[in-house]
Amino acid sequence: MSLTILDPTAERDPDGRPLAARPGSPRTVALLDIRKPRGDVFLDELEALLRDRGIEVLREAKPTFTKPAPVDLRREIADRCDAVIEALAD
Amino acid sequence: MGLEVLAIVKHDCPVCDQLLPALDAAGARLVSQSSEEQTLRQAQRLSLSRVPEVDAGLALSERFDPDAVPAVFLLEDGTERERVIGLARDRLSALISRAGSTLELDGLPAMRPGCASRTRDPEVAGRLAARRARASGQITARELELGGLEDPFEAMHERGLTDGLPVVPPTPERVVAMLDYSSRGPQELVGAVPPYGGRATVEKVAINAVMAGCAGPELPIVLAAVEAACREQFALHGLIATTAPAGPVIVVSGPYARRAGMNCAVNALGQGNRANSTIGRAVQLTVRNVGGGRPGREDRAAHGQPGKLGFSFAERLDETAPWPGLAQARAGLRDDETGVTLFAGEAPRLVLDQLVRDPAALAASLAVGLEHVASQRQRVAWDAMLVLGPEHGRIFREAGWSRERVQQELHARTHCVASELVRGAGGVAEGLAPEWFADLQTQVPKFAGPERILLAYAGGDAGLFSMAIGGWVSGEAGSAPQSASVEPWR
Repeated sequence: MSLTILDPTAERDPDGRPLAARPGSPRTVALLDIRKPRGDVFLDELEALLRDRGIEVLREAKPTFTKPAPVDLRREIADRCDAVIEALAD
Repeated sequence: MGLEVLAIVKHDCPVCDQLLPALDAAGARLVSQSSEEQTLRQAQRLSLSRVPEVDAGLALSERFDPDAVPAVFLLEDGTERERVIGLARDRLSALISRAGSTLELDGLPAMRPGCASRTRDPEVAGRLAARRARASGQITARELELGGLEDPFEAMHERGLTDGLPVVPPTPERVVAMLDYSSRGPQELVGAVPPYGGRATVEKVAINAVMAGCAGPELPIVLAAVEAACREQFALHGLIATTAPAGPVIVVSGPYARRAGMNCAVNALGQGNRANSTIGRAVQLTVRNVGGGRPGREDRAAHGQPGKLGFSFAERLDETAPWPGLAQARAGLRDDETGVTLFAGEAPRLVLDQLVRDPAALAASLAVGLEHVASQRQRVAWDAMLVLGPEHGRIFREAGWSRERVQQELHARTHCVASELVRGAGGVAEGLAPEWFADLQTQVPKFAGPERILLAYAGGDAGLFSMAIGGWVSGEAGSAPQSASVEPWR
């Protein structure tokens, strides 16, 4: 016998958020530090490599790794840059 | 249209049997609550001139809602003007004559009560209540059909709706029955659940509470816990996403905990008590299903811990308690009110002291256990909760030490000299950066302040044990414990 249940989810569009289009040749890339130890070291290396390729780099940092990036920061990166690289992990 | 007589009957009611021939002869509209076959057999048995209609879906019965059948209604243009429930000869005659007809009631008793209407059958009542709730907009959740050939428990696993254990299928009937246990409207918003900000309405929380196996009385506790967990200061988003093992710990303080059947004594942090096991589980299922936080995807815990299935217990606030409850202390609740405290905690660890007899020695002993949460070298950014057992609690109570006093003593005793805490000290890489200290003999506290050590009280009578639950990242950069009253959700 079939059974009807109520949906326990938020009923949003589910799994599989489509990837954004690849930026091709970005002119400006943001490097976002989430403030885990030595994230800055990693991003320093990336910055050097990007600048060698003639790409402009914007260095940013979240106030804390425990919370999502503030809306203003996200907006700034989206406005000013073509792509963002985020230093995650530990 | 004009005047019409409607009679609602059923096949297994002797009073309906007695009245039907007369109603049939009087030309009343006959509607049966029974099945087609049962109605046909009754009509044949009574030699009625026509077979009564079947009340499809009990819609008519629900509309008029008689307690009992036979139920005879005088309708004018479809609107009820009068009704007679059961067999009451004089009143029935009067009703029928108003409709311009006569009732042959000779040989029938003057008065006989009827039989319960099928709408009063608990299973039927549940279905009708669910249908009413949907029609009135009380419940709005999408309906999911689990196919006839599917095992409902397997089906819910496959749809990714469980935490690995089977869940109770949240049928509309079960959810509507659960919603009865809160005074709040089902569409009221409890919180926006991270990581995707799904809207947890009272209804959505009730659905997940049914799935968790909650009994109705637990719902107000679950609602208060979800509200507190969704506050920004609790940092639930980070707590879900972290690689650390912490999850929400829910401490319930106050008399309602007992009414909901919670355990505050023997094995309070363990298995065996329905409310303890399901309240925390309901919150985590809400995170999973409404918030979209799932292990391996948004939840990146390296190991996690068993408490992430659900971690809730009640404080033992009886005559043995050394202090009022945690929610009382933190949210100013009265002793006759009940509150929840949400704490971002890892798995509990045992702090044993089986020889202690005085409060100072106990504080010293407990301090050692507390100082080592996460790592002894991790300082200041960590909170902890201590679940004091009764055999330990008695020592503080008999010495008259208040909660504040114990917190201060624990804070004072969880200091360590910087030279032992710096990176590289004792051959250990982890630790504090030595350049932070002008003087390596500085005493470094474990906790940012005495208030960062939360003191709860629970456990069985026997056992000189307390439990230390280390926190996650604390303070403004991380999660701050949240207390909330259960009363508004009842």
